[in-house]
Amino acid sequence: MLIAPSERRYALAGGALSLAAIIVFVTVATLSLLISTDGMPVGSIVSDPYILRVLRFTLLQATLSTLLSLVLAIPVARALARQPRFIGRIWIIRLMAVPMGLPVLIGALGLIGIWGRQGVVNTMLSWAGIDQPVSIYGLSGILLAHVFFNLPLACRLMLAALERVPGEYWLVASGLGMRPVSVFRFIEWPVLRSVIPGVAGLIFMLCATSFTLVLMLGGGPAATTIEVAIYQSLRFDFDPGRAVGLSLLQIALTAVVLGILSLLPASGDAGLTAGRTIRRPDGALLGAWVADRALLTLAVLFLGLPLLFIVIAGLRADLMKLVGEAIFWRALATSGVMALSSALLSFALSMPLVRARHTLSLERKARYGTRSFFAAMGAASSLVLLFPPIVLATGWFLAARDVGDVNVVAPVLVVAINALMAMPFVVRVLEPAYAIHQRRTQRLSASLGISGLAKLRLISWPDLRKPVLTALSFAMALSLGDLGAVALFGSDSFVTLPWLVYSSLGSYRTNDADGLALILGVICLLLTISGTIGSGVADEPKREALSHD
Amino acid sequence: MTDAIEMRGVTLRLGQNSFVFDCALPEGAVIGVTGASGAGKSTFLNLLAGFDTADGGQILFDGKDIGHQHPAERPVSLVFQDNNLFAHLNVFTNIGLGIHPALKLGDADRRAITSALAKVGLSGFEKRMPATLSGGERQRVAFARALVRQRPILLLDEPFAALDPSLRRDMAALLLVMHRDSGNTVVIVSHDADEIRRIADDAIFIDQGRVAVAAPIERFSTGENNSALRQFLRIDES
Repeated sequence: MLIAPSERRYALAGGALSLAAIIVFVTVATLSLLISTDGMPVGSIVSDPYILRVLRFTLLQATLSTLLSLVLAIPVARALARQPRFIGRIWIIRLMAVPMGLPVLIGALGLIGIWGRQGVVNTMLSWAGIDQPVSIYGLSGILLAHVFFNLPLACRLMLAALERVPGEYWLVASGLGMRPVSVFRFIEWPVLRSVIPGVAGLIFMLCATSFTLVLMLGGGPAATTIEVAIYQSLRFDFDPGRAVGLSLLQIALTAVVLGILSLLPASGDAGLTAGRTIRRPDGALLGAWVADRALLTLAVLFLGLPLLFIVIAGLRADLMKLVGEAIFWRALATSGVMALSSALLSFALSMPLVRARHTLSLERKARYGTRSFFAAMGAASSLVLLFPPIVLATGWFLAARDVGDVNVVAPVLVVAINALMAMPFVVRVLEPAYAIHQRRTQRLSASLGISGLAKLRLISWPDLRKPVLTALSFAMALSLGDLGAVALFGSDSFVTLPWLVYSSLGSYRTNDADGLALILGVICLLLTISGTIGSGVADEPKREALSHD
Repeated sequence: MTDAIEMRGVTLRLGQNSFVFDCALPEGAVIGVTGASGAGKSTFLNLLAGFDTADGGQILFDGKDIGHQHPAERPVSLVFQDNNLFAHLNVFTNIGLGIHPALKLGDADRRAITSALAKVGLSGFEKRMPATLSGGERQRVAFARALVRQRPILLLDEPFAALDPSLRRDMAALLLVMHRDSGNTVVIVSHDADEIRRIADDAIFIDQGRVAVAAPIERFSTGENNSALRQFLRIDES
């Protein structure tokens, strides 16, 4: 027996506690929503024409965003795969990781800088004599932004799939004289077809629950998604009934999407095969060579210009003045404390689940109860996918309002919600690391009789330090950049960095917003990078966590 | 005897390694190419197949320099150790792609595929998927594809290395039968000196990026007074 009975008891009790805490938190939010509907039949809320319009727009923009991201990612992924020796290729792949690690709010600022009314693109168009500006607001802007964030994700997953193809295929194809069209039809497309359903489901899920981008780029009831409509009902119209109806609708929607997603094949690990030399004679053909370079240049401009804009606009802002303001330090301190707390909370909730699941996984005879306990703990870590942050926030907002001052409990709630948001990722990092750690050390520790604190200090901590720090730093980056949970609760007395950026924008202090965005972006990227270096974890932060389970 | 292919001062630099190949491959023979791993066997084959383009020198076929031709234009067919077949396409399609790279096939082409499958002992396998075949059967399909391509030279890169020993002999026998039927030139790269001795008429020993020895197999087997080759063949110095 590798685990002493007392150790097993502790592990399972810890898992049960953590599971209970998560369930209670989510249940209170849901109950509070349900209680608030009293008197109003749910059916009448859902048949409200406004709500139906919002639902239709949510589905429309998510479908179009998914299609566009996929259709545009295919040629880019193909070009990257076909040019294995392209100079700067690795930097393009790294550039593609940036939108995934960057707070959505900041990416949106960059996009506005390039595609907005006074942005680079429209300025060039007006030079060229075209007066019809590209609109960053409304449906076109939302689609543009969703493509900006999801094309790189799709691209990396597709590239990974293409790179898993045996190297001989390309040589055989070349030897047989297959033209690029044939190579696509007989090799590339069959490979892509196998990953596209999973990737599409993942992107659809992200776009259907996208909050910050729609908040910033959506305009009026014509371009509002369920999540933003919930926020507007509570914050502006103060119509809790509608917020509740929308929240329940959102849960139903995510449940359906998650259900469909679970039927699709997993989108696979994005771990790119490094080191293996792949020859692509088909990429050396003149037409392909030129087309791929042109395409990659366009992709780099599309992804890179908004990022470059953030840097340039940020540096143009009066950073000294910003850093000298008391509000900046207050927001920084609030964000810092909240990010650290939510990262620690996320870890404190995740680790017992991981440990309990591991303990159960070692048991030979799994009874039905054990099995459902095991599954429940696995599902708990991803519960936030089913109950989006804004929905949890709404439920707790309504509950807290009945009890007393929302402002007092707001930071605690935001920390808790951010912690839940980070859990899918934290568990995804910790679970395999913990399993490997146990496999490596369990027998030896058991035979030497090392246990308890000594084991933690001498064996577990040194071995698990890296994955733990990775999980913590990603969770912190996620919380630092989050606007969703804060949006409902933000006020003059409760200011985080993203909230400060957002309210600077709202009061037309665009320069301040740019400067703050640069600072926030740099902090988040540094956290993400420091978590990735040497951890052996593919540099896919929060978004990748969704493809788990 | 005329030469099928001649390499004249073919040079190539890949990173830290430089290669210089000079040799003549006799027409209609089975030529074994061997050497220690990293010596340059694969580069030799890649140059012949056209996956690497030489920095200098000529690769002559029929008096013409084919050194700058695209792989598909060269008079060669290829069989690798593994992954010769596209796993998601059935046997018929895999062979058909050898006749027309966009799979535009006529009735005569379909008959050619059926007869090629019969020749490699896989009649009726048209609709099978590669995953349902054994390793040996997959290599037979690759041979069938080489048959329908009707190229004068067949290049094989460790074609039997993934198979077990008895199967290896069967496959080598099949290769020789095909060779006798078609009269093609076979260039087979193998790290297995015994295999080369069993099936090759001539052999080439590659050492440090150069053709160190090229000789008929009887003389080759004696080590040709080349210390590296003698070491490779484990011929006792005594």
